[in-house]
Amino acid sequence: MSLSDVPTGEKVRLVDVMAGRGLKMRLAAMGLLPGIEITMAQNGGAGPVVIYVRNGKMILGRGAARKVKVKIF
Amino acid sequence: MERSEIVIALAGNPNAGKTTLFNQITGARQHVGNYPGVTVEKKEGYTTVNGKTVKIIDLPGTYSLSATSLEEKIARDFIIHEKPDVVVDVVDASNLERNLYLAVQLFELDVPVVIALNMTDVARNRGIRIDVKKLSELLRVPIVPTVGTKGKGVDVLLKTAVERAEKPFSGGIKIPYGNDLEAAIQRISHLLKSRGWILPGYDAYWLAMKFLEGDEDVLKKMKASFSEGFDALEKEVDAEKRHLQELLGDDPAILFADRRYGFISGACAEAVRLSPEARHTISDKIDAVVTNRVLGLPIFLLLMYLVFQLTFTVGAPPMDWIDAGFGWLGEFVSGLWPPGSESALKSLLVDGIIAGVGGVVIFLPNILLLFLAIAVLEDSGYMARAAFIMDRLMHKIGLHGKSFIPLLLGFGCTIPAVMATRTIENERDRLTTILVSPLMSCGARLPIYALIIPAFFAPKWQGPMLWTIYTIGIVMAILLAKLLRAKVFRGETAPFVMELPPYHMPTLKGVLIHMWERGYLFLKKAGTVILGVSVLLWAITSYPKPESFPERIRTQEAAVEEAYKKSVTDIADALRVPNPEKLVEILKEEASPDALGGKGRLFLETVAEIRKITSGFTARTEVLDEDSPAYAEAVKNRNESFETLRKKAPGAFELARQYVESAEADYQKGLAELDNLRAAYAFDYSIAGRIGNLLEPIMRPLGFNKKLATPMIGAIAAKEVFVAQLGIVYAVGEADEESGTLREKLQKEYSPLTAFCIMLFLLISMPCIATFAVVKRETNSWKWPLVQAFGLTGLAYVLTLIVYQVGKLWI
Repeated sequence: MSLSDVPTGEKVRLVDVMAGRGLKMRLAAMGLLPGIEITMAQNGGAGPVVIYVRNGKMILGRGAARKVKVKIF
Repeated sequence: MERSEIVIALAGNPNAGKTTLFNQITGARQHVGNYPGVTVEKKEGYTTVNGKTVKIIDLPGTYSLSATSLEEKIARDFIIHEKPDVVVDVVDASNLERNLYLAVQLFELDVPVVIALNMTDVARNRGIRIDVKKLSELLRVPIVPTVGTKGKGVDVLLKTAVERAEKPFSGGIKIPYGNDLEAAIQRISHLLKSRGWILPGYDAYWLAMKFLEGDEDVLKKMKASFSEGFDALEKEVDAEKRHLQELLGDDPAILFADRRYGFISGACAEAVRLSPEARHTISDKIDAVVTNRVLGLPIFLLLMYLVFQLTFTVGAPPMDWIDAGFGWLGEFVSGLWPPGSESALKSLLVDGIIAGVGGVVIFLPNILLLFLAIAVLEDSGYMARAAFIMDRLMHKIGLHGKSFIPLLLGFGCTIPAVMATRTIENERDRLTTILVSPLMSCGARLPIYALIIPAFFAPKWQGPMLWTIYTIGIVMAILLAKLLRAKVFRGETAPFVMELPPYHMPTLKGVLIHMWERGYLFLKKAGTVILGVSVLLWAITSYPKPESFPERIRTQEAAVEEAYKKSVTDIADALRVPNPEKLVEILKEEASPDALGGKGRLFLETVAEIRKITSGFTARTEVLDEDSPAYAEAVKNRNESFETLRKKAPGAFELARQYVESAEADYQKGLAELDNLRAAYAFDYSIAGRIGNLLEPIMRPLGFNKKLATPMIGAIAAKEVFVAQLGIVYAVGEADEESGTLREKLQKEYSPLTAFCIMLFLLISMPCIATFAVVKRETNSWKWPLVQAFGLTGLAYVLTLIVYQVGKLWI
């Protein structure tokens, strides 16, 4: 499933980023790498999502979130 | 190598508190400039440690050093080429893992690094316990805990950094990348060494790694230096990359990032302990309200409203002071010349420089207040939330959340709007926002609408008309932004990825420094350009001066003088003054009143009294409504004063009143009209006027005649100048937006369609020259302000042409 489909409060693990090199590298630099644990802080169903990752809070545009493939713990 | 000063580069993630720390270290001893050729700011400052001068360079805030963004490239190039003695990496202790990613990349650049473990107070509050000694051993770098907002640990940090700079450097820690990656790096590095392909300042191991990561910047630089046989090398690298991809299942670039984070996680697992209560922090509680789906938008709008109010309401009194100050300065300078004398230098100083620069400096309070508010919102961490809230709406026009604030500010004034785009990191988004920002109808255009709308539209349509104009601007901005994103600034749209930093209290010092920086830059840079432009505009509207005026003006001059003389002669006859000529001279204050005797004397005294009463009445009622009781009261008082005077000298009073209220008043009016005629003629004769004449054929299809074309040039200096210039052209004296006569003349000459076209053209066409200067400064090139000026003017022309020509068919 995509990160954009994860409901608020759910904890997931990143599987892959299905995106071009640019976004992939940017997310990697921010620590969004395969295997990392992500907690959904806010997902309103539209617009960007807020996630907790590596003890920090981040905003991800919906487009970017759609490209992040995750699996539920 | 012994340097006279020690150079420390400050690196760190955005939001790690780097700037706060920089301000703490350098205080006022700092200088803001730009990195050559780009918009990124370069901040330098000085401090003294153990009697030695230390130069601090504040590098742009970045998450990594992979050179995918301009900031990253600048930070990396600076370290490689300028070789600072030590790099201080400012790390947010409450978000350690992500912040250490940059540190690890710094280690790989082979420069001495000292870590400033910043925001330790925030980390402690969130239940994060860091064993500094252990972390320092694991990473093999000195680590100094700091609290930038309170200045804690800054002295120790500087001392440690200087010590590290002075000690010989024996290389930092190497990240264990694993056998496969390591072997690939070695093979490429060997290849580079054997060919002698090492760029000066670079290291073979690092270059090899960048080749495998596919770092575009490094590849480009290498190709430029070693073009021969580069393709063969690239093939070898590609083979290695494919090999690694097959072996390890991912792009080597991702693999490197993964190993770096692996190393960091390992170190953190040993040195950091999280207590279970680390979860629900105050920041999260604030976020629950502020980014709430229902409350988020109203809270945001309220805050924006407050920023707006602060900027344009609180800013108003100081703006008046500056206005008055420049007005006083103008009068003072005028006073240095004898009254009535014509001097080019006086005109240059007063009408050119003081009026021109004053017209722009007046925006300084706006800018200071605006950036004060922005600094508070930014430093507290709210700006990231605002971007989050607005993202959904802005996304629809191809921009994201961060563009909203500058556009909103554009309704006040485009200058702060353009300056506020600095918060947008992505170059394409920023340029798009800058280019469309003048379409947000600024405050200076309001006088134009205020002049035109009431002249052409019935009261019930005036409000909707104004609304329509503003809406057209907004719609045009949206369409243009979409178009720019689709055609000019296309390529990959920057995905919206942003850190949400924990909230913290902004420091007074930080906010004030931020505000002052902006104000100073505005005054200095925009001021120099504006000074030049003001002088130019003054010159083209003032020169060449006509040597003589045409027959019609001279005839009118004679007529006005003749009429005055006749009225005075009539009065002189009634007074039985033998020499009417003398009376004219006396009344014009060209001769002494002593020459007159008897009844004439009394007449003159009464004239003086009436003048005093009348001017007192005018001063009192200037701001009053004619229907108000205060006005009636003033009229009553005036009439009483007149009555007293009449009783004193009935004959002289009637004549004196006749003189003051009709003869003299008509004369003054005639003279003012003449002044206007001369001004209009002189303007027509000047370069600006001639340009207007030249432009007329081009403007004609838009429904604009010569009289409109010329003020449109003036509007380039500042939009509101259009009203004043139109006044000159129509020669009706001091024109302002309330001027009924100008409105009447416009009404007689133009149709509502033309009136609408005037507003449309002035709304869309090139922004004022101050905006032009600021765009030049903010984009650091002539290209974008020129593109904007010509693009918008072209757009305005085409649109107005269509509206006018189509409109003509209907009406």
